[in-house]
Amino acid sequence: MSYVLIIGAKSDIAKACAREYAKHGYDLCLAARNVNELSEFAQDVTTRTQKSVKLLELDILDYKSHQGFYDSIEEKPLGVISAVGYLGEQEKAQSDFEEAKRIMDTNYTGVVSLFNIIADDFEKRRSGFIVGISSVAGDRGRKSNYIYGSAKAALSAYLSGLRNRLYDAQVHVLTVKPGFVATKMTEDMDLPEKLTAQPDEVASDIFNAQQKGKNVLYTKWIWRWVMLIICSIPEFQFKKMSI
Amino acid sequence: MSLLSWGMYPKVTNTVFKFNSEERLKEIISEYNDLIPYGNGRSYGDSALSSNIINVKPKDYFIDFDEEQGLLHVQAGVLLSEILEAYVPRGWFLKVTPGTKLITVGGAIASDVHGKNHHVEGCFSECVKEFEIMLADGEVVTCSKETTPDLFRATCGGQGLTGVILEAKIYLKKINSQYIDQTTIKTKNLKETFAAFEEYQDKPYSVAWIDCLAKDKEIGKCLLMVGDFRDDGKLDYRLKPQKSIPFNFPSFALNNWSVRTFNWLYYGKAKEGVSKQRVDIDTFFYPLDAIGHWNRIYGKNGLTQYQFILPKETSYEGLEEILTAISKSGKGSFLAVLKLYGKANNNWLSFPIEGYSLALDFKIEKGLFELLDQLDEIVVKHKGRIYLTKDVRVSKETFEQGYPHIEKFRQYRKANKMDSKFQSYQSKRVGI
Repeated sequence: MSYVLIIGAKSDIAKACAREYAKHGYDLCLAARNVNELSEFAQDVTTRTQKSVKLLELDILDYKSHQGFYDSIEEKPLGVISAVGYLGEQEKAQSDFEEAKRIMDTNYTGVVSLFNIIADDFEKRRSGFIVGISSVAGDRGRKSNYIYGSAKAALSAYLSGLRNRLYDAQVHVLTVKPGFVATKMTEDMDLPEKLTAQPDEVASDIFNAQQKGKNVLYTKWIWRWVMLIICSIPEFQFKKMSI
Repeated sequence: MSLLSWGMYPKVTNTVFKFNSEERLKEIISEYNDLIPYGNGRSYGDSALSSNIINVKPKDYFIDFDEEQGLLHVQAGVLLSEILEAYVPRGWFLKVTPGTKLITVGGAIASDVHGKNHHVEGCFSECVKEFEIMLADGEVVTCSKETTPDLFRATCGGQGLTGVILEAKIYLKKINSQYIDQTTIKTKNLKETFAAFEEYQDKPYSVAWIDCLAKDKEIGKCLLMVGDFRDDGKLDYRLKPQKSIPFNFPSFALNNWSVRTFNWLYYGKAKEGVSKQRVDIDTFFYPLDAIGHWNRIYGKNGLTQYQFILPKETSYEGLEEILTAISKSGKGSFLAVLKLYGKANNNWLSFPIEGYSLALDFKIEKGLFELLDQLDEIVVKHKGRIYLTKDVRVSKETFEQGYPHIEKFRQYRKANKMDSKFQSYQSKRVGI
């Protein structure tokens, strides 16, 4: 069985990825907390594609459970996609360390804990692919979401290092940096239409980039250039700006 | 962000409600008035616009498929394109499909859409076994022709004015190819066009493209395209990536001259007389879906589609009169689609009746509504009717004269307190 493991499977991007991979002939394993909430979605994917979809309970913040979680999977996946993410509230996180910690742990620590385990296995087997969904917010810290951004920056650096480490084992690592995406996470924001991707566009970009063995994917593609500009603004200027 | 319709006219602002549970939808319905369900925003006018919009598109789960019966169970926000993507490779096709696949199943029911095979298969409601709908009091009812005939007749074609469709079970049809053997017949005038329709009536799919800027003796000249599925076992259907119009064209881009040139090229490229082609599903059924946001070609003021149908007895005379009026006005339309329909069904507001229908796209500009009022008079005189799904301006009087069951629909809405909850700008204008 050639299946793909998707963690953080309740997110809109994860669901779009699930449909995209199933459409291209992959069976799936979806992991999330309270995963039974995904049973109707699993039925959706199966009805569309005739692919099998298994559901696995996983709490990304319960680090101790991760080894057991992965060991309990009898047949190991062909590849893994992490769409784990928590935007949180920037202002709250500034004064409430619990919120800040939750943002960092969900976006970074938890993913590292699980990816470490999976990377070891893939390295040993000398096969597999790893897709980590980071964010353009990690490319430069801004006052509106720098705690989330810093966690994503850490994740991007982690994925870059992991790619370097696993190169010899022929395990491919893809870093995904979405810009604005129209999801539950951004529901209340007023996003500019031309810069905002739909989850299924992101999923299709991810599938193509992973199949082609790309290293870093900006989606929509224009974000590569947007971020190039944002990152090239001198710090003495940037600190005065509100973007 | 406010939602507009496909015509991008009228420019309105609205509050958009999403719901992720029936409880939430019930709350929305009990708390607000002037609600109208909205699918993928492909109706042209104001039939799915109101100050409060219920966005059903996110409800897009496939639930089950019964291979024995070809019966597909989906949520109302599933697009027809998603059904094709999943089921054409397995040898299934929609029994009834309109000229775009980018509409939701809920929208297909609410507009009781029809396609090139109306003369054989009828409207979309013919393939609907049953659907679930939340009514004005928040109750969820499973509705079918047999169990709740009045609700079925009111809802199919009822423009979302009876409640929010949540799920539907629809029958698909077996196909053995994603290719169609198409015959194109080039005619020289309206008389030849009518004769060609009659001659090819036994073909399951037919539609004609009319050059509505043709003058005098050439009025009504057309390319009639008829066809049926092949039997070659090739089912390798994939959705093609769309080319998209990135921004609104300046409104002068579409003028009498450019439309005339387009029509001349389109008509000219077809062979004289009868010719045969092999085309795929997307080319045959959904030519315009290949260009995303094609409505932007009409400029920022938007467009409307004028679609009417005349009974067979009055069709020839009426069409001649209308085509002459359009030709005189010089207001162009890329798309003028003519089709011969089969018998009407029992749904109270479904558009099709036995006869000829013509659909024309116009950009919104000065003098257009006056022209359309003038066309309305001709339609009414010949006992025809206007298609609500395309309409944005028809008067109450014109509308009423075309739909003899309108009183039943009104009474039904009133009796079930639907009229105090569900309203669109259109329903208010035409008094339903």
